[in-house]
This record gives sequence, structure tokens and C-alpha cells, in this order.
Amino acid sequence: MAELLQHLVNGLVLGGTYALLGIGLTLIFGLMNVVNFAHGEFYTLGAYAAFAALGLAGANFFVAVLAAIACGAALGAVCELTLLRPLRAESIDTTMLVMIGVWIAMQNAELLVWGGVAKSIPHPFPTAPLRVFVLVLAAGLIVLSYLLIHTTRLGTAMRATFQDRDTAALMGVRIGRMHTVTFAFGSALAAAAGALLGPVFLAYPSMGDLASLKAFSVVILGGLGNLPGATLGGLLLGLAEELGAGYVSSGYRDAAGFVIIILVLLLRPAGLFRKQERIG
Amino acid sequence: MSGARRAVLALLVLTLPLWLANPYFLHVVIMAGIFSILALSLNLLLGYTGQLSLGHAAFFGIGAYTSALLTLGPEWSFWLALPCAIALAALAGFLIGRLALKLRGAYFVLVTISFAGVIALVSVNWMELTNGPLGLPGVPAPVLGPWSLRAKRAYYYLVLAAVLLAYLVCRRLVGSRIGRAFVAIRENEALAESVGVDVTHYLVLAAVVSAAMAGMAGSLYAHYTRFVSPEVFLFGYTVTMVIMVVAGGKGTLAGPLVGAFIFTALPEALRAVTSWQWQMLTYGVLLVALVFFLPRGIVPAVRAWRVRNAP
Repeated sequence: MAELLQHLVNGLVLGGTYALLGIGLTLIFGLMNVVNFAHGEFYTLGAYAAFAALGLAGANFFVAVLAAIACGAALGAVCELTLLRPLRAESIDTTMLVMIGVWIAMQNAELLVWGGVAKSIPHPFPTAPLRVFVLVLAAGLIVLSYLLIHTTRLGTAMRATFQDRDTAALMGVRIGRMHTVTFAFGSALAAAAGALLGPVFLAYPSMGDLASLKAFSVVILGGLGNLPGATLGGLLLGLAEELGAGYVSSGYRDAAGFVIIILVLLLRPAGLFRKQERIG
Repeated sequence: MSGARRAVLALLVLTLPLWLANPYFLHVVIMAGIFSILALSLNLLLGYTGQLSLGHAAFFGIGAYTSALLTLGPEWSFWLALPCAIALAALAGFLIGRLALKLRGAYFVLVTISFAGVIALVSVNWMELTNGPLGLPGVPAPVLGPWSLRAKRAYYYLVLAAVLLAYLVCRRLVGSRIGRAFVAIRENEALAESVGVDVTHYLVLAAVVSAAMAGMAGSLYAHYTRFVSPEVFLFGYTVTMVIMVVAGGKGTLAGPLVGAFIFTALPEALRAVTSWQWQMLTYGVLLVALVFFLPRGIVPAVRAWRVRNAP
């Protein structure tokens, strides 16, 4: 029983961060139609930002998470303005390839700056409260993003852009600015996920590779542009991985995400929870 | 290309091991040849039918493992193992094609990635068959009659023959009715269907041929490096293939070959001029720059430049 509880808590902690990753990606993928393979690198960036703030500058945990969010948002905005904006007319393959290039460059820049040895991020908690704390923070961030999309003018403009870009532009929504905001917002959420999960595990340069793929499986599970879907999808994936690793086979832990992608796309291509493509 | 230039190029390629004595350079050329087959194979799907598969490393790895296991376990000859590797990869291509080709765009991409991910995990975890992460060492070099093809010079000709075969298959296919059906599907699927092109049939056909070629490249790779480990399934291999095809020029026959040679030689050249930490970083930046300035690829850009500057 205690073991099951442990697995459930771990699964929820993983799932909460997967949900953050998935929400960020579902906005970017849904609104901008960019297959963002660099998403996981923003997750890595967040973990290293937290490491720098906690381990080197000696800041507290909240400041570290905020620093990671700021780094993710800033670099995301730069990425969109310099790389994606000039290529908006190009095909989805072209932008995907550019993001693959960004992924390779960011990962190796991290390797260059921090070295290949995994870094353990110091944190002020014993293990069990840390996990609960991470889960609470992740839930808070998810609720905040939901409120942002649903109650603010900015969120309304984002939803309008997702539904019908041309009509939204005619109504005075500045599409270019929406793209920048969306990419920065999605990247900031990925960085927050990295900063939250970093202290639970370790920070290392290639940690983003699997994170990208898991974010994609969350997006597919929840349906494109669906925030509650991505949240539930993230939690489901986290629980499936943790229970699968605990009771079936730990070697196949990372297979859960892949199997989910294949099965959902083949059996319910619109996602588990969705009636039609939408945002919010 | 004029006849005289073509003859000079053919002569250079055929005599290459005679004047390129440095074994390291010859190694880079052989790897470029193996990657040429992979790039040609991916180009058939991506360039001609417009479907991007990011699971091509799976077909490559299936070919490599099949060939290695058959020559190591039952000690079959390379010449029997190679067709088996091709056939098994083609079968995997058929299954993926049948299952996934009702999906389009990013969703097809994600199913192919996931398929490769599952296969890679199986190769790590099925210890009894694949020896897990330790890999399979001592894959025998091919033997042709009394000669062993273990030397780099001999292997060069084997790879050259395989590249030629892959190129000719692509050329025949693309120039035929089937190739026109591929392009019709890429340009406008609904229109193609309305004039009687059986979309699923042709897409599955493209997937099977493409997977078979990737399987051949895998077998050649296994018997060249003589060691197979789950690393053959690395996502990095797939990414390299995509870079080669798109940078070289997708939907052209020469593009994948040009891309394969540039992007096999580039990391090696970068290693020579910069330290290893900067090598992949520069590679990523160059990739972004290339897509940014030549989004259609090198070969189409050169062709357009030639047309503009034609006398």
C-alpha cells in the first residue's frame, strides 16, 4: 500500500511537469503550426537556470523557478523573432528543420557551458516534501496558464488566432505579436517544468531529448490546442510511466509515451478528450 | 551535366581508392556512401510523396541487427543475410505504411518517431536476442569468392555498387508512372485521388521501397563497422538523414547524394578546425543558417542560379 502511494505521488509529480511541458507545446504547435523539437531544450534551460540560481547564487526555490521562467520566456521570444518570424510563409518541414538545428545548437551550448557531468540541484527540502511542493507549484502554474488563456484580453486574442487567423487579424489582433507571445509563453512553461523537476532528478545536457517526445505524446493524448486535455494527458502519462516502471518493467518505462502516441493516433486521432480542435 | 563531365566524374569515382590513400578519408567516403543510400531512401518518401518519416533509423537498425544476427548466430553468408535484412526492413515499412499512412503531416511524423522509439527500447531490453546495450561485436566482414571485403578499398566498391543500385531504383521509380503518382499525391492529394490514383497503395509502396533501401544501408553499416549496438536506432541518425535530404534538395535525385556527402564531411571537417565541444554547436548553427538562406536546398538553388546566369 505504501509502495502504491509512493508510485502515485511520483507519478503525479512527473505528470504535473509533463502537463506543463504539454501545455507549452500544445499552444506552440496548435497556434503557430511549428513542430518544435527544441521544446525539450527549454526544459533543460530551466533546469540549468534553477541550478545557477540555487546552487551558484544561493537564491531560494521560488526565485529559482521565476528565474527559469524568465530565461525561458526571453530566449523563446528571441527564437521566435529571429528565426520563426522570417520563415512564417515557409512549409512546416522547413520550420521543423530550423527547430532541429536550434535543438542541436542549444544542447551543445549547454554541454559547452556546464559540461557533460550531471549536476545535482541543491534544494532546501527533504525528499518527500520536495515532491509535494513541486506538485503544488506545477498545479499553480497550470491554473495560472488556464486563467491567462480564459480570462485575459491576451488569452482571448490567442484563442481567436488559433480558431481563425485571418478573421482574428481583421478584428485587429496582431498575429505576429501573438506568435511571439505564444512561443515565449510555451517556452517559459517548459523552463518552469525543468526548474521543478531538476531538483527531483539531475540536470544534464541531453535531458531534453526525451522531454520533447513526451511533450508530443501529451499533446497528442490531449488533442491539439486543448489545455485541460494536455493537463489530463500529462498526468495520465506520468502515472502510466511510474506504475508501468513499478509493476511491469522498468526497462520499458519510456515506451509508455511512444505506445500512447501510436495507439491514440491510430484509434482516436482527435485526442482522448476532444470534440473538435480548439484552444482553451 | 555534359557527357565529358560525366565521364570524368565516373572515372574519379571508380578510381577513388587508388588516389585517396589516406584510410581516414576513405572511411569518411564509405560512411558518406552508406548515408547516401539512407538519404535516397528518405527522399523517396519525403521528397516525392511529401510524407516525412522520422522513424527511418528503425529501418536502418532493423537491417543492421538482422544482418548481424544472421551472420553471427546461424553463420549465414553476408550475401544471404543482406536480402533478409532488406526483406525484414521492407516488411516493417509495409506494416508502418499500412497503419500510419492514413495519418498526415505532423501526426504521421509522430507515429514514425514512436515506432522507432519502441524498436530502440526493444533492442536495449531484449537481452537474449540483441545482447542489450552491450551490442553485438565481431560481425564478420563479407567474403566474395576467395576475397575478403574487409579492407576499406574493397568495401568502398561494395558500397559504391549499393549506392548505384539505390540511385537507379529511385531513378527508374521516379521516372515511371509510379513516380508521377507519388508527385501527384504530394502536390494535391484530393486531385490525385479524383483522377484515379490509389493514394494508400502508392504511399505504402513508397514506404516499402524506402524501408528496404534503409535496411540495405543498415546491413552494409553492420558489416563495415563490424559492431551493432542500440545506438543504430539513435534519433540522431534520422535527423542526419532529414538534414541531408532537405539541405541537398528534396524531390531531386542528386540532392540526397550532395547532402549526404556535405553533411558526412562537415562534422569531420569541423572536428579538424575546432575543438569537439564546438563541433556539434557549429553544426547546429550551420543547419539553421542553411535552412534559413536556402530553404529549398542546395541542388535546386544551384540549378536556379545556373538558369539565371545562362548565356
